[in-house]
Amino acid sequence: MYVAVKGGERAIENAHAWLDEERRGDPAFAALSLAQIREQLSLAVDRVMAEGSLYDPDLAALAIKQARGDLIEAIFLIRAYRTTLPRLGTSRPVDTGAMACDRRISATYKDAPGGQVLGPTFDYTHRLLDFKLAAEGTPAPAPAPQATARTAPTPHIAAYLQDEGLMQSEPADDTAPSDITRTPMSYPAGRAVRLQSLARADEGFTLGMAYSTQRGYGYNHAFVGELRIGRVPVEMDVPELGFAVEIGEIELTECETVNQFKGSRTSPPQFTRGYGLVFGKGERKAISMALVDRALRWEELGEDNTGAAAQDEEFVLSHGDNIQATGFLEHIKLPHYVDFQSELELVRKMRRDAGAGNTAEAAE
Amino acid sequence: MPLTAEQDRRRSWISLLAQSDAPTLAALWAESGLAADFHWLRAPETGGVMVQGRMGASGAAFNLGEMTVTRASLQLDDGTVGHAYVQGRDKTKAQIAAQVDALMQTGQAERAEAAILAPLRAAGVARRSARAARAAATKVDFFTMARGDV
Repeated sequence: MYVAVKGGERAIENAHAWLDEERRGDPAFAALSLAQIREQLSLAVDRVMAEGSLYDPDLAALAIKQARGDLIEAIFLIRAYRTTLPRLGTSRPVDTGAMACDRRISATYKDAPGGQVLGPTFDYTHRLLDFKLAAEGTPAPAPAPQATARTAPTPHIAAYLQDEGLMQSEPADDTAPSDITRTPMSYPAGRAVRLQSLARADEGFTLGMAYSTQRGYGYNHAFVGELRIGRVPVEMDVPELGFAVEIGEIELTECETVNQFKGSRTSPPQFTRGYGLVFGKGERKAISMALVDRALRWEELGEDNTGAAAQDEEFVLSHGDNIQATGFLEHIKLPHYVDFQSELELVRKMRRDAGAGNTAEAAE
Repeated sequence: MPLTAEQDRRRSWISLLAQSDAPTLAALWAESGLAADFHWLRAPETGGVMVQGRMGASGAAFNLGEMTVTRASLQLDDGTVGHAYVQGRDKTKAQIAAQVDALMQTGQAERAEAAILAPLRAAGVARRSARAARAAATKVDFFTMARGDV
């Protein structure tokens, strides 16, 4: 028998009122402004935009504030908001070769044209807590040193290997790719869908999968051919104008790995690549994405499937989304009273039956 | 098809307005004293635009994620039509951008250029060069270490 029960309305209201109070914390301290979050917690904002799959720093800051700093909850808020937006169009593919780079490094070429530009990196810091930051009212740091800027665009490293024929080429193709926000995922998904899915996949999951390839599960030795962070304009064709205009500028992190490839019956030995591209500043995520992208290309490149998780498209794509995962994981905390009652009845019955059997055995 | 010189100029100011900082644009508009009575052809509407990337930076297109964009279209009393597609969710920004787009096609163009577009362009150049100069200062200069055995 199924019995619907209802209740807890007042308890829920009161719980949410308390949540509001707890979110604010001690009112003796100033409330956080969205601008403070956007400017001073910008890597959290970037992660929420990347995994929320919506580029809007102010919205991401609001989501972080509302979620009390729980980034997956914030990503959930952004994903929910995203579904309410009408789709105004699709951009032209962004030209990352024209990026105004804040950071651009290559682990393969010391003297890469354009140079090794470190940008505002945590690399080479000593990872010691800086107690100066704990002091309140510290004046803003002096402007960082400046030097004469290059005006020429920064060329992609992979293009040099490609010109020599040593790198697998990636011919341009403007066929409209499938969109996972419109078409449910099906397998085999194809590389475009994999990249869309990885671009918004959980950073921790992507990092774990990438790390597993480095440790030998679907091993494919990767060099970071290039990592760049900077801003690119976004162009879109506007029908009422009859030409394309820039509709904004976004910050991106791009990683291209260079991987060995032994060659096959149809291709000579050459380098291949994995590709990572994410909204905002997210180099851990971009490198991870590139490694996982490369591992998932085993079939297209005629490599062995070693049975590694990172080579399994369905495994990676169906477990990488932290909102899907959270939804399914957390639903088990919601009332399952009726389900559990039936389990309880079943276990009692099994014990009774087993008990009756034991008694019968003892009597024999 | 290559753009005409007129289209190219319009493309350039629409792009500039799209990327402008909303409060800055609103302040410039208020200070300019420019006015443009209009009626809406399409009231400001916020939506998402799917941003695409290319595999390996040069290859096939894929969907990266969406960005927020607000669009608006209006018509001045003299019949001139202005369009705006601006980054973000600010409806006032879209309205001002569409008004400036319309005015740039009228006799007010010179005033709009001087009061709105020129300062926006200068702010953009300053913002970009400040970052580029800092980036340049973090460029690594390699030098060869003298080896102990020579």
